[in-house]
Amino acid sequence: MGTAAQGEARSRAWRLWITSGPGLFWIVLFLLIPSGVMLGIAFFTNSDFGSPVLPLSLDSFSQVAGYGILGWSGANFTVLLRSLLQAGVATSVTILLAYPLVFFIVTRPASLRPVLLLFAIVPSWTNQVVRTYAWMELLNPFAPVSHVAQVLGIIPPHLGLMPGNFAVLVGLSYNYLPYMVVPLYAAAEKLDWTLVEAGRDLYASGARLFFNTVFPQTLPGLLSGIILVGIPAFGDYVVPQLLGGDKAMMLGSLIADQFTFSPDWPYGAALTLIMLVFTCIGLIVFRRLTQRLGGGEGAML
Amino acid sequence: MMPGAVMMPAGPEKVTAARGAISLSHITRIFAGSIPAVDHIDLEIQAGEFFTLLGPSGCGKTTLLRMIAGFETPDEGRIVISGREMQDVPAHQRAVNTVFQSYALFPHLNVEQNIGFGLRMRGVRKPERKKRVDAMMELLQIGPFAARNAGQLSGGQRQRVALARALVNEPEVVLLDEPLSALDAKLRAELQIELLRMQKRLGMTFIFVTHDQHEALVMSDRIGVMSNGRLQQVGPVLDVYEKPRNVFVAEFLGLSNIWAIEPLGGGMAAAPIGVLKIAAVIGVARMAMIRPEKIWIYNDTHAPQGRENVFPGTVREAIYMGASTQYRIELGGGGFILALDTNNQAAERSWRPGEAVAVELKPENIMLVEA
Ligand SMILES: Nc1ncnc2c1ncn2[C@@H]1O[C@H](COP(=O)(O)OP(=O)(O)OP(=O)(O)O)[C@@H](O)[C@H]1O
Ligand SMILES: [Mg+2]
Repeated sequence: MGTAAQGEARSRAWRLWITSGPGLFWIVLFLLIPSGVMLGIAFFTNSDFGSPVLPLSLDSFSQVAGYGILGWSGANFTVLLRSLLQAGVATSVTILLAYPLVFFIVTRPASLRPVLLLFAIVPSWTNQVVRTYAWMELLNPFAPVSHVAQVLGIIPPHLGLMPGNFAVLVGLSYNYLPYMVVPLYAAAEKLDWTLVEAGRDLYASGARLFFNTVFPQTLPGLLSGIILVGIPAFGDYVVPQLLGGDKAMMLGSLIADQFTFSPDWPYGAALTLIMLVFTCIGLIVFRRLTQRLGGGEGAML
Repeated sequence: MMPGAVMMPAGPEKVTAARGAISLSHITRIFAGSIPAVDHIDLEIQAGEFFTLLGPSGCGKTTLLRMIAGFETPDEGRIVISGREMQDVPAHQRAVNTVFQSYALFPHLNVEQNIGFGLRMRGVRKPERKKRVDAMMELLQIGPFAARNAGQLSGGQRQRVALARALVNEPEVVLLDEPLSALDAKLRAELQIELLRMQKRLGMTFIFVTHDQHEALVMSDRIGVMSNGRLQQVGPVLDVYEKPRNVFVAEFLGLSNIWAIEPLGGGMAAAPIGVLKIAAVIGVARMAMIRPEKIWIYNDTHAPQGRENVFPGTVREAIYMGASTQYRIELGGGGFILALDTNNQAAERSWRPGEAVAVELKPENIMLVEA
């Protein structure tokens, strides 16, 4: 009857609250509230000491758009575009590296696979800063690699492979590779190889075999990997800071500067919001893509 | 060779074997650390033949098909298809299509795209492809779910799509691994006839795996009975059923009564049920077999007088099976015998448990088999 159904609905609502409660609490405390504060800060005016003061204004947003005391400058757009581009290229690099690596691992005997996967993941257990410093050692102007590049005429004499965009790309790709490898491996491990055989049976081979039988099966993993690599790479701070230099500035370091060197909190908050917006757009687009292509099951979102 | 091109009827060896003929010699496959899954198989299959492989689970049927398709490399032996040695021919270049035991439909494609896959890979243009796919879907009654995703089909529907996906390519050889097992009886009977008709019309060679003896008997030109990776007997359906070579084949294919025998000379042999007169030359044979339907049952009062191999007994079990009834009869001399009688005159010729009867085993119906 009605009351029984209502009771059922009520207890279901209770269960929903109990199960989702802790997660919700976490999200509210550590995501929504800070974002709200950030949003608030963005509408304040900057004081001489960089802290937000009244009156409320949109100054920080016009600053983001490039308007300053010296007139308009495209520097921020350049930084944004560079961040998108670096994230995109680094993601592509991790994809190109992860596919052969993952398929090398899944075609080994089952007992060997966890160990091999571990080799690919273990570096990510050390601090990102430490690993980035290692790349500084490898790519600086006095490093052997830079020497070779100088001799080959790839870079001018006395310069190194770092600092610069190339070094940032290397750093980002290296740091985030495990986040591409893991979801891709999860997808590849449960790959249905009889589908590959069916493809061969039906006259497909080489690249066509791959794109018609293997690729669709790994797509959910690939999409997860793209999100796990692309989004943090887009906002990364450590790598561009250490390997980039002025000419390779990315959004993450630009934001960090506003809270440290400059300082200009409202401006930094406004930049952060812009970054969040782009991240959300990226997430939504991929969510759609996953639903369309992966048939729901798949990408960890 | 062009990408996606399919091997030509006559290979570089210029052997003039017919298109679709298959020759297997000494084919062996041993998986690491186990007994051979396929053990020295020699088999010649004619072009356009409907050949059925029968055998218990795990006897190596799928493994044998996989080697013919090119997914598995024999450890030993030669496979020749249409006169061409297959050793160095990869799966995608063999004019062989497989209906997989697990269907193996592409989940990211719909039914129509699944069926058209092979044609697409071979570069058949869209209009032509659509025509052939549509015709095949019509034949296998797939139309109603053509636009669905492969994941949204029932087992029987999947099976039909898998069939269509292989047959639409009109290959020289089709390997069918239990392709009708998930279908209901009516659809199954319909598709059996349809498959046979297509196979004959297009002249394709079929290697058909089934667990269903009835299906094997109905459809095949020849059958091969496999056990433990070996072919126990190969021959026309009638031969294998009527004259099984050994106990395994006799028991696997249909029902049988099998006894160890001791020759007594003069065409006579001692069996556990009594002394048997056997028409065939006994020689060294030590086992005899008779099919239940070859046994005559009489009311004990009507038992034929003065004939060989007539034994009195009592019906212990009668299993009505529609067209026929299966009897388990305890014989006077000890032991049981299985007999089958058609229910054509039910009232007169049907016995109930406990009734006294006599059975007659005609000497020419007793077959000698190897152990
Ligand atoms: N990839 C493999 N690795 C190891 N052993 C295998 C492999 N494939 C098959 N086998 C073994 O080979 C034997 C034959 O298997 P196969 O699949 O050919 O049997 P089958 O006759 O098709 O059985 P079913 O009727 O159950 O399908 C089995 O003992 C099986 O366990
Ligand atoms: Mg099998």
